[in-house]
Amino acid sequence: MVHVAPAPRSRSRFGYRLNAVGIGTMLVILFWAIIAVFGPLITPYPPGEIVDFNYFMPMSSQFWLGTDYLGRDILSRIIVGARYTVGISLVAVCIACFVGVTLGMLAAVTGGWFDSVLSRLMDALISIPSKLFGLVVVAGIGSSIPVLILTLAVIYAPGAFRFARALAVNVNTMDFVTVARARGERNAYLMRQEILPNILGPVLADFGLRFVFIVLLLSGLSFLGLGVQPPNADWGSLVRENIGGLSFGAPAVLMPSIAIATLTISVNLLIDNLPVKIRDRSE
Amino acid sequence: MNSQILRLVLGRVGVTLITLVIVSFVVFAATEMLPGDVAEIMLGQAATPEAVAGLREAMHLNDPAILRFLRWMLGLLTGDLGTSYANNMRVADLIGGRLVNTLWLAAATAIIAVPVALFLGITTAMYRGSLYDRTINVLIVGVISVPEFLIATLAVLVFAVWLRWLPALSLVADIDSLTGLLRAYAMPVITLAVVISAQMIRMTRAAVIETLRAPYVEMALLKGASRRRMVLRHALPNAIGPIVNAVALSLSYLLGGVIIVETIFNYPGIAKLMVDAVSTRDLPLIQSCAMIFCVGYLVLITLADVVAIMSNPRLRH
Repeated sequence: MVHVAPAPRSRSRFGYRLNAVGIGTMLVILFWAIIAVFGPLITPYPPGEIVDFNYFMPMSSQFWLGTDYLGRDILSRIIVGARYTVGISLVAVCIACFVGVTLGMLAAVTGGWFDSVLSRLMDALISIPSKLFGLVVVAGIGSSIPVLILTLAVIYAPGAFRFARALAVNVNTMDFVTVARARGERNAYLMRQEILPNILGPVLADFGLRFVFIVLLLSGLSFLGLGVQPPNADWGSLVRENIGGLSFGAPAVLMPSIAIATLTISVNLLIDNLPVKIRDRSE
Repeated sequence: MNSQILRLVLGRVGVTLITLVIVSFVVFAATEMLPGDVAEIMLGQAATPEAVAGLREAMHLNDPAILRFLRWMLGLLTGDLGTSYANNMRVADLIGGRLVNTLWLAAATAIIAVPVALFLGITTAMYRGSLYDRTINVLIVGVISVPEFLIATLAVLVFAVWLRWLPALSLVADIDSLTGLLRAYAMPVITLAVVISAQMIRMTRAAVIETLRAPYVEMALLKGASRRRMVLRHALPNAIGPIVNAVALSLSYLLGGVIIVETIFNYPGIAKLMVDAVSTRDLPLIQSCAMIFCVGYLVLITLADVVAIMSNPRLRH
């Protein structure tokens, strides 16, 4: 006799339930996503225009977050900067995870020399310090947005590969994969239908962490003057531009850093507070 | 040391050497992609075609890339780092003093960060779940999630702008007293120590908690040992391997941190030299600095792995 347990009432429509921290951090992430999409429509002033002859002004009712080193409105520049920081990082993390996870699953399913060679190569790439790699590549090729996206993706793809491969190797030994293989299914089918659904939760958590790393690296490169180039500016470039105001504590230096911090801390906390069911699906 | 450990360690060192070759290839290839002809850039706009051709010949720029790569590698191995494009000085001379400055910074940071981080990591594991543990954990997530320059700017705001205890820049050149020395180093060291401690506390705590799960710790608990004795006498000796691993790995974060910190405080170290070389596109200088960084980083993470292998008791007998 089979008893079907009624679903606990606390579950939401999606079958998962976030705690308060999870919901709060999700709202912050949603907020920055909306800002990144609609940014240019909601800036109080044109971001490139000098609106006040006093530079490094403190916060006021006219300029909510003060003015920058040329007298431009910092709030407007942060709103438009969200596009660059969030946009570039999101595209880069999507490429890194897509390539890394696909190759990782392929290595696990194929095994043999393909797996060994690819794993050794990825281990070598992981051992290159990320900031240095970015520095050298940007110094060599010059900084443009496609170069930045590709560099960030190349730096973080090996990590995604190693993570996905480790998970996929475990799933690969399970009976249902053996059965599918005995049925004569191709590698593409095994990866898509048998392995991916079983590693998706942890892979998504890894996606989030990798997004944070990429935001931090992009901000670091921009801070060194190697990221997004003027007249455009992401949050890291805003800190660089206004670093001269640091010694009198101008909000122009601190506010873009705080914008980065709210985004990255939120993503980190959201992942920490994901339901265990999503994070550890493979176990 | 038995042959199995020796084989694993040698294997790990072998992987590092292969990595080093790949790294040097990446560094060389990336700087080779620089647009524009180096000889033309060096001679300026008034150069005659003959002069450019002569300089290209003298700099071996007409040779195939693989030959130049091998020559460059050979130079690195024999200590000949080449000549800077920007001011015709030998790269080795430019780097020498700067490298010493950076090593001082790293050493000062490690001396402060390692004991503090170990203490916090072990005590938070000992009182897991307490208010103390949770407070430290929130702080760590905060530090790990933000860019290094935010920590540096906060340090400047607090110590230089609000409290007025320390200067906002690190002027190593005019140190004439002990207080001067402390004042110059305080801010970069504080920033770096915070950055690497966060990683180190997290990993140390995880390592101790992992050993606390072992059956012999449960035995100690059932025997009636105090929590303190359980951690210090039973868990800690077995967690030494993972902890040393954590320390070495965290020290490798110094690298990323040092690039930002030297820039923001204007500290005359090798990272600042490299960032400046990027803006003047001084290739030999960039290549040499990058290789020094990569070697330091690889040595640290290899050391971490070797310690992890040697401390595995299952391999010891």
